[in-house]
Amino acid sequence: MQIKEIISLLECDVICGEEQLELDLHTACGSDMMSDVLAYVKEQSVLLTGLVNPQVVRTADMMDMRCIVFVRGKEPDEDIVELAQERGIALLKTRYRMFTACGRLYANGLQGGCEGK
Amino acid sequence: MSHLSLSYEVSGEDFTHAGEASSQVKKTLKRLGYSPDIIRRIAIAMYEAEINMVIHANGGTAEVEIYPERVEIVLQDEGPGIPDIEKAMSEGFSTAPDNVRSLGFGAGMGLPNIKKYADDLNIETEIGKGTKILLTFNVA
Repeated sequence: MQIKEIISLLECDVICGEEQLELDLHTACGSDMMSDVLAYVKEQSVLLTGLVNPQVVRTADMMDMRCIVFVRGKEPDEDIVELAQERGIALLKTRYRMFTACGRLYANGLQGGCEGK
Repeated sequence: MSHLSLSYEVSGEDFTHAGEASSQVKKTLKRLGYSPDIIRRIAIAMYEAEINMVIHANGGTAEVEIYPERVEIVLQDEGPGIPDIEKAMSEGFSTAPDNVRSLGFGAGMGLPNIKKYADDLNIETEIGKGTKILLTFNVA
């Protein structure tokens, strides 16, 4: 699934990473707890979260994730955007809540990438 | 490749910058050409350990030794020490305050995650004195 498809499925605003919209991603993870995200080393490419702080970007960076979707219309501040730009991570935001956002992506083919798919 | 030593001060003042040392190490390993899976394991384990030092011990130091066949990381702090290591190693057990949880950590996964990713984990801790964690990764 390309980032631009995520944007269309979740009616996202693009905060940064416009140059990456064609990037093809296969797996995702949704959590507000960063330690839960870090509990699986397998490659996951998209992080959906309702948490807004710089550690979200650092966690994504450690995991080699390429795209973060902030759910429930959460807005990252300038520091977070700058950190994401430095690391080449696309930031999106959607008005959908976590469950719905994850469900829409999963139903359209994005996988969990961990045990239990 | 010859042996490379890296040294970092991890500030306990500012949660925003926690993870900067791990990020630098990740960049260095990438430059040296290690495989993405190994780099991710090292980066995640060090990041969790770094976050732990910031949350519990007001920061500390991280020394990283990179050899062709292994990577050793020593994280040392002068924090309160770990009263019950066995408990601290169990998933879901956390003594982190609520404000840390609101930042996305303190789920009791830090040490279990570190143990999972490091090939060897050695913890020396003394109440009131501090904690020293040695992580070893076989990378050959």
